[in-house]
Amino acid sequence: MNGTLLTRRNAEPAPLADVPLVPLAGFRTAVINAVRNDCRVVSYFARMVEDGIELVAVLADDTRSELGFVRSRVTEDRFESLTPECPQVQLFEREIAEQYGIEPVGHPWLKPVRFQQSWRPGHQHFGEPLPGVTDFFRVEGDEVHEVAVGPVHAGVIEPGHFRFQCHGEHVFHLEIALGYQHRGIERALIGGPSAKTIHYMETASGDSTIGHTLAYAQAIEALTGTRVPARAQVLRGIALELERLANHTGDLGALSGDVAYLPAAASCGRTRGDYLNLTAELCGSRFGRGFVRPGGVQFDLPTDRIATLTERLQAATRDTVESAGLLWTTPSVIERFENTGTVEANTCDEIGMVGVAARACGRSIDVRHDFPFGVYRFVHIPVMTAHHGDVNSRAFVRWLELQRSADFVARQLRTLPATPVRMDVAGSLAPDAIVASLTEGWRGEICHVAITDAEGRFARYKITDPSFHNWLGVALALRNGQISDFPLCNKSFNLSYCGHDL
Amino acid sequence: MTAVLQLLLVVLTAPLLLGVITRTKAIVAGRSGPPLLQAYYDLGKLLRKDTVLSSTTTWVFLAGPAMAVVVPLLASLLLPLAGPRAPLAFTGDLILFVYLFALSRFFTTVAALDTGSAFEGMGVAREVTFAALAEPALFFGLLALARISGSLSLSQLLTVDGNSWHRASAALVLIIASWFIVLLAENSRVPFDDPNTHLELTMIHEVMVLDHSGPAFGLILYGSALKLFVFSALIADVALPRTGNPLADAAATLGAVLGICVVIGLVESSMARLRLVRVPQLLVAASLVAGFAVVLVLR
Repeated sequence: MNGTLLTRRNAEPAPLADVPLVPLAGFRTAVINAVRNDCRVVSYFARMVEDGIELVAVLADDTRSELGFVRSRVTEDRFESLTPECPQVQLFEREIAEQYGIEPVGHPWLKPVRFQQSWRPGHQHFGEPLPGVTDFFRVEGDEVHEVAVGPVHAGVIEPGHFRFQCHGEHVFHLEIALGYQHRGIERALIGGPSAKTIHYMETASGDSTIGHTLAYAQAIEALTGTRVPARAQVLRGIALELERLANHTGDLGALSGDVAYLPAAASCGRTRGDYLNLTAELCGSRFGRGFVRPGGVQFDLPTDRIATLTERLQAATRDTVESAGLLWTTPSVIERFENTGTVEANTCDEIGMVGVAARACGRSIDVRHDFPFGVYRFVHIPVMTAHHGDVNSRAFVRWLELQRSADFVARQLRTLPATPVRMDVAGSLAPDAIVASLTEGWRGEICHVAITDAEGRFARYKITDPSFHNWLGVALALRNGQISDFPLCNKSFNLSYCGHDL
Repeated sequence: MTAVLQLLLVVLTAPLLLGVITRTKAIVAGRSGPPLLQAYYDLGKLLRKDTVLSSTTTWVFLAGPAMAVVVPLLASLLLPLAGPRAPLAFTGDLILFVYLFALSRFFTTVAALDTGSAFEGMGVAREVTFAALAEPALFFGLLALARISGSLSLSQLLTVDGNSWHRASAALVLIIASWFIVLLAENSRVPFDDPNTHLELTMIHEVMVLDHSGPAFGLILYGSALKLFVFSALIADVALPRTGNPLADAAATLGAVLGICVVIGLVESSMARLRLVRVPQLLVAASLVAGFAVVLVLR
């Protein structure tokens, strides 16, 4: 981190006034230099202030476990885009243009992100866009054809629109248009926290309920100075890893189903349900709703249930390991997985991919390891990586991670500390403060940034789901691939539509 | 009499084949699976539904499903399934047999193109490419059988007796192996296609019938069951000795066809489907295997 940035740990608050407010040129240099020195942009957004628009960037230095903050003011309706020098901010800048009607000049592909109206009346950069109605990149030629998929899909999945430029089976280019799931969460959070806030967090991306609520809870605890009891920390860790187990297992089963390999598909589909049921044992909801709350967790785990829970976990893990293990010993499956949907490691760095997809490119980034939070400050889970960036690597990273997670949960269940599980969150939030809270959801890095106003209400609450970083990765993975490999490739990322669309 | 018996056999038992494959897969995966007769229930359900027709389609769109049923029925009449002679038999009927399926493919693909959908166009391109590659395997096999039996009519050509097995067992085994691969490809089974997938972009055959609904789609499902029956019966004819008793032969055919379905179920339970670019390689391999059978009988 260089001198222009204010550095803080994960979920460590700072007075907003301490965050350097630099001129636009200095802001540009600060972000670009940080990224050149192996930092990543974890969040980059705008907010309204009296004399215009303020840009806020949060950078992560993974090796030093530091988060860097910097901000700048835009007084006109335009600013110089960072994207040409720093491609990983491309979607953040499109989002800023859409939300506040200011133009990042020089952005190579400035299009709406969620087809939402501008938050600033009278400042519309894209007018009043309709979902999916926009220009798409087109390849022209006699034998080039375009295939449009979605927004309504054949399977029971979320809506998204995919445009392929193909030559026969060969894909030249894929462009993805999302926004169909936009619910206006970030806007609704301004002025909070209110009774509704926690429910927005739980449903920001429904399959990452624990990940998002945990990030939110950490932010609130940081801004109120609440200390979370040890037992609650451990239970949160258990819930987060159960979420990872369920989703990784489900993904391995779905990948296997996509290549029509039935033995693993059927069995993984079943054990995914077992893991969800274990989460239900914790809090009554298979998806972890109502479990994590600021100050701790809502439900304690009675001692007499621990033994059965451990037993069921071990049975489910044994089944998962056995059935998903077939994937690595069946030649026809390996042949389909390997060299399909490859993302090069340098592409992964350039576009700022995170989570499983980045670890499959050999990048050892994991919030649990790099920015330890909660129980992960005391218990370390090894970071699992693979090195080819293809479907096989992404599947293999999941397979390795789920085994580490199962070990973690089994160990933590044996050594639950005897403390209360919830502390009262005292008073209101610190006024005029900023905090960035990171967690490692099963897809990857979840980042919540809260900025409070003079009364201690949210002046801005920015949610960055890992999908926001990774969707471009899906598009690039398909380049020069086969169009028939798209479903497999897409499933190997398994990104969230609603987490992106918010 | 045998013609009626044979038609009844094909018409009534074809949907059962799909049930046997599904049940085999379910048992291997440790599930209980849908009832054996599920395909009949599905057909009953589809026939009671209304058809939705896209405003861009013409009569061609409905000709596809009609041909999908008529063609396999006609083709089945060329095979000796019950008794020593097929209901329809003449010299050179093997050519008709192969090109009847080409005719139905023509109508299926034209019906798919009629919708103007990018998906269906893609499916058509795949279907005709792979069909062109599967055809040589079928013909090489028929050529070898013609040489063994000294006849150009399917009725004699497929009545492989103990003597032929004694003289040309290697060639016959190669033909059966090659035709089994063709059967998997022609009937969109794993490893060529995935009959259960909902992913349009990976489909070969299924994607061409996405716009069909109700009774028209029911006809397509029924047609594909008939086609599976005919191809399985073709292999069964080569593999089975014949008694000459229509009832016994019909029972033997049915048993062998169901056995082939169990094998299909086992194949689908034990391997993933091929990457699309590898499909031509396996089809060419099937042609080479059948071609080698020809070399063996020509010595």
